[in-house]
Amino acid sequence: MEALNDLLLPPAKSTLAHQTDTLFWFVHLSGLVLTIGLIGVLIYFVYKYRRKSEDEVTPLITHNNKLEVTWSVIPLIMVLIVFGWGYQVFMEQRVAPDDAYEINVTGQKWIWQFTYENGARTNGELHVPAGRPVKLIMSSNDVIHSFYVPDYRIKQDVVPGRYTELWFTAKETGESIVFCTEYCGTSHSDMTAQVIVHEEEEFDSWLADNAGGGSKPEDLAPAEWGEQLATEWACTTCHSTDGTSMTGPTWQGVFESEETLTDGSTVTVDENYLRESILEPSAKVVEGYPDVMNTYQGQLNDDQINAIIEYIKTLN
Amino acid sequence: MANHSTSTHSQFFQHHFVDAEQQFDAAKMGMWVFLVTEILFFGGLFAAYIVYRLWYPELFVMASEELNTLWGGVNTIVLIGSSLTVAMAIKSAQLNQKRNIAINLGITIALAAIFMVIKYFEWTHKFHLGIFPGEFYAFDGIDHPKANVFFSLYYLMTGLHGIHVVIGIGLMVWLLLRSMKGHFDSEYYTPVEITGLYWHLVDIIWIFLFPLFYLID
Amino acid sequence: MATAETNLKKIQVQRYEPESDPDQHYLNEETGLWAWLTTVDHKKIGLMYLASVTFFFFVGGIMALLVRTELWTPAKTFIEANTYNQIFTLHGAIMVFLFLVPSVPAALGNFFLPLQLGAKDVAFPRLNLLSYYLYVAGALIALISIVNGGIDTGWTFYTPYSSTTGGAVTIMTFGVFVIGFSSILTGVNFITTIHKMRAPGLSWDKLSLFCWSLYATSIIQILATPVLAITLALVGMERILGIGIFDPALGGDPVLYQHFFWFYSHPAVYIMIVPGFGIVSEVISTFSKKHIFGYWAIALSSLAIAFIGFLVWGHHMFVSGQASLASMVFSFLTFLVGIPTGIKMFNWTATLYKGSIRVASPLLYIFGFFFLFLVGGLTGIVLGSIALNVHLHDTYYVVAHFHFVMVGGMVMAFLAGVHYWWPKMTGRMYNETMAKISCVTIFIGFNVTFLPQFVMGSLGMPRRYFNYIEQFQIYHQISTVGSYILGIGFMMIFYYLIRSLYKGKKAEPNPWGSRALEWQVNSLPPLHNFHHTPVIINGPYDYHKPMDEFQLGLAENGHGHAPQHEAEVSSQEPTKAE
Repeated sequence: MEALNDLLLPPAKSTLAHQTDTLFWFVHLSGLVLTIGLIGVLIYFVYKYRRKSEDEVTPLITHNNKLEVTWSVIPLIMVLIVFGWGYQVFMEQRVAPDDAYEINVTGQKWIWQFTYENGARTNGELHVPAGRPVKLIMSSNDVIHSFYVPDYRIKQDVVPGRYTELWFTAKETGESIVFCTEYCGTSHSDMTAQVIVHEEEEFDSWLADNAGGGSKPEDLAPAEWGEQLATEWACTTCHSTDGTSMTGPTWQGVFESEETLTDGSTVTVDENYLRESILEPSAKVVEGYPDVMNTYQGQLNDDQINAIIEYIKTLN
Repeated sequence: MANHSTSTHSQFFQHHFVDAEQQFDAAKMGMWVFLVTEILFFGGLFAAYIVYRLWYPELFVMASEELNTLWGGVNTIVLIGSSLTVAMAIKSAQLNQKRNIAINLGITIALAAIFMVIKYFEWTHKFHLGIFPGEFYAFDGIDHPKANVFFSLYYLMTGLHGIHVVIGIGLMVWLLLRSMKGHFDSEYYTPVEITGLYWHLVDIIWIFLFPLFYLID
Repeated sequence: MATAETNLKKIQVQRYEPESDPDQHYLNEETGLWAWLTTVDHKKIGLMYLASVTFFFFVGGIMALLVRTELWTPAKTFIEANTYNQIFTLHGAIMVFLFLVPSVPAALGNFFLPLQLGAKDVAFPRLNLLSYYLYVAGALIALISIVNGGIDTGWTFYTPYSSTTGGAVTIMTFGVFVIGFSSILTGVNFITTIHKMRAPGLSWDKLSLFCWSLYATSIIQILATPVLAITLALVGMERILGIGIFDPALGGDPVLYQHFFWFYSHPAVYIMIVPGFGIVSEVISTFSKKHIFGYWAIALSSLAIAFIGFLVWGHHMFVSGQASLASMVFSFLTFLVGIPTGIKMFNWTATLYKGSIRVASPLLYIFGFFFLFLVGGLTGIVLGSIALNVHLHDTYYVVAHFHFVMVGGMVMAFLAGVHYWWPKMTGRMYNETMAKISCVTIFIGFNVTFLPQFVMGSLGMPRRYFNYIEQFQIYHQISTVGSYILGIGFMMIFYYLIRSLYKGKKAEPNPWGSRALEWQVNSLPPLHNFHHTPVIINGPYDYHKPMDEFQLGLAENGHGHAPQHEAEVSSQEPTKAE
């Protein structure tokens, strides 16, 4: 069964994932039996009653009530089983236990952000303890996104202007991928994250280390920290560092260059322009690129912005 | 139509029908089916209205006061009157009173035009106050953050209804011209009949719109 | 024939036998480009639709191949992410609105509905022409949006993405709005035609199942399409005026949009597939020379599907944040809609029992339909189960599921219909061997394309992804290879059908020995279908009588249209028409 499971389903890494899997196999196998049965009968009829002469006259068989009732009621019972079973599993996976550990999730083009109780913040990495229910309270800053962890068999849309919830208990330490499954534009397919499952104590110490968030680790130079931030905040989803043109202009050689803006004017890329572009991206958009970037006002602090600018400078 | 003729010799008889009765029945049924479509078309907007009224009941009470119940009421009477005259036009056709068809159609057109004129003044008055739909909304008389949504619905629903009135006027003018050429009589009045059906629907939709927007208390 | 009943009008009828290779037919009367463009003949309008939907099928198909080719490798293979997003949007929008919705009802339905009813035309021929031009106008407007910035919203136009993204979304939604009216007017026309234009003797229980399916389809068209029209109008208004009904930034609710959209778009799925069911019934009965099993079960299950289909839209929204109770109800109703569909499958299989089966190419396409639609339907049951839907929603599993239903089901049924009625429409026979080869090619290509998508979907591959993680690459590559096989299959059909117009053998009036009414007129029917109003004595599936006892009657006197007329055969001598 395990081997079969791996063929069609990702590894079941949450405590409830196997419930979904059992139902999955029940429906698929009974469907397979029905398919083989019906196609078998069809092929048998086609062979047995193949036309032998052109003026054959066939018997008049208009209907058969017993048969009609049988093949209405049996499938009805089958689908009602699948319905009840599916609903029961769904409800169990939907209602989070009261003692669940809460983490806030924000979706925005094209990054997942996580905020923990003590103010720790991560981007693209969701750190959770193993063996403890985790409840995600999710909202979006722009369009609809959807938070999907295949390994946990859970998914929930993340909608602007309201909160949605999702919960799971990770079985053991490890990593699982998070996909955005509601189409959200250019880099929709790059809007992924990792769930990183720690042992309980390891998680607590990780949390303590990251309390407050947003200050420079002591062992890093500003530009190195900037490089880290650029990945973490998914800047590099749209801005390449090797000269390729993506959704936004490349960062390679951009510092102190002249750029033409959409209104035809030109601007020299300096610290002020970069800072403005991070906080008010729509103010001065470079010619040839769509005006799709979100503001990072209130998300990146001054130290972080400075670090990113330092990093961009090193790319010349 | 008990006394409806089954003549196949009318100049407006179309060859693919078996007889004029089949042609008349088909046209009438087609219009009924089309009206079902119209109801669903407006139904989408009514559904949006219901959802927002459930969410923001106080908004609807507050915003409704900006609408002029008197003129809304006058318009209701005008439209009901026009429904009556269009029914009289059909009756005149059945009775073969060719002149009365044209007269009744003429009155209907006039009433529909009055309706649109009153509507025009209602809208322009609101524009003066800065009550525009959606993001252009610039009125601060209503203390509610979602006031623009109410007026978006108001403009959409009365606007869509207004478009139907204008289309109705166009159809009536066409009927009037044809009736003056003497095309309609008790043998053939299908276009009058089915346009009348359409006009009644336009009337009924207004009868729903009026209390839903003007008479919220 | 009962003659004792007093309220029935008796009509004297003669036997009728069509001539093969007639001098006068609908194609050589009223010729010339202008006559075609202004024709009100339902057959010519049907052919114009057929040409148009074929054109858009190829456009949409090329988009599909571009999408599949791009997915050969993760990230960029040969096009940019934004272009990719526009292409899959256009693939979906073109296939749904310009091909699937009009294909069977507007093309084949237009041609064969009046013929199967024994009518000279649809009830409103000019309205029919207007529908066609609205379709063309809507299609042109949609095409304008491509050169005007394109659209990248997906065919579902979800807000607030669609109300905030760049490009020509407003133009596209207006185009779909116009096409919607074309669809509505066709529905109005068909319902009236079926009610009012049936030939004498054609009572509801002698109505062909193709007509029943068109009837059910038309009901959905007139009830659901206006809601789509108003919804898309609202999206347009959202972009122009910022009315804020769907945009949370302006106080609206984006999930409300989804309710509106799926209220149309789920029933629209049945607009696409139910007419296909009608074709299946016709073809299975004809090629097994057997009275259809469970006539009423099949006819009424179409109506049941049409009705329940309106109550299941929320199954597209199990993870959207709608209330659990709503999800439960929608899931329950979704399973109920599976039952009438299952009933049809069983009845069709039972029809083959003790038949006289000839596996000609239309029937081969129906067998293709049978398997693919069964897989599509059963995976629909999987997706209807809420717990499984949570895992599979918006993954390639869903993509594979609806392609099995829409392409495997609907397109196979459409192709079966085209092959079945090709001799009647064009007066020519196509190459049977090539037809079978291409049917098998399409069947193989289709499975190679979409079976791997089930696997990667349940493994977690989300849909509408430009980039993907490497473990999925092998499935994507198999799928891409399959899509090329599929493309070759469609090109083969195009080739031999066009070739048959020039080189094909002339078709007999009734090459398949069918009992359905449209086969009792000449191949290449006369301009007005029937020189005299036909009188229906036998049902369309009366294969239990030998052909020489099965004849079409022609009214000698009287020509009432009401179906309660009872026909009586007065003459035993077959007579040629005219």
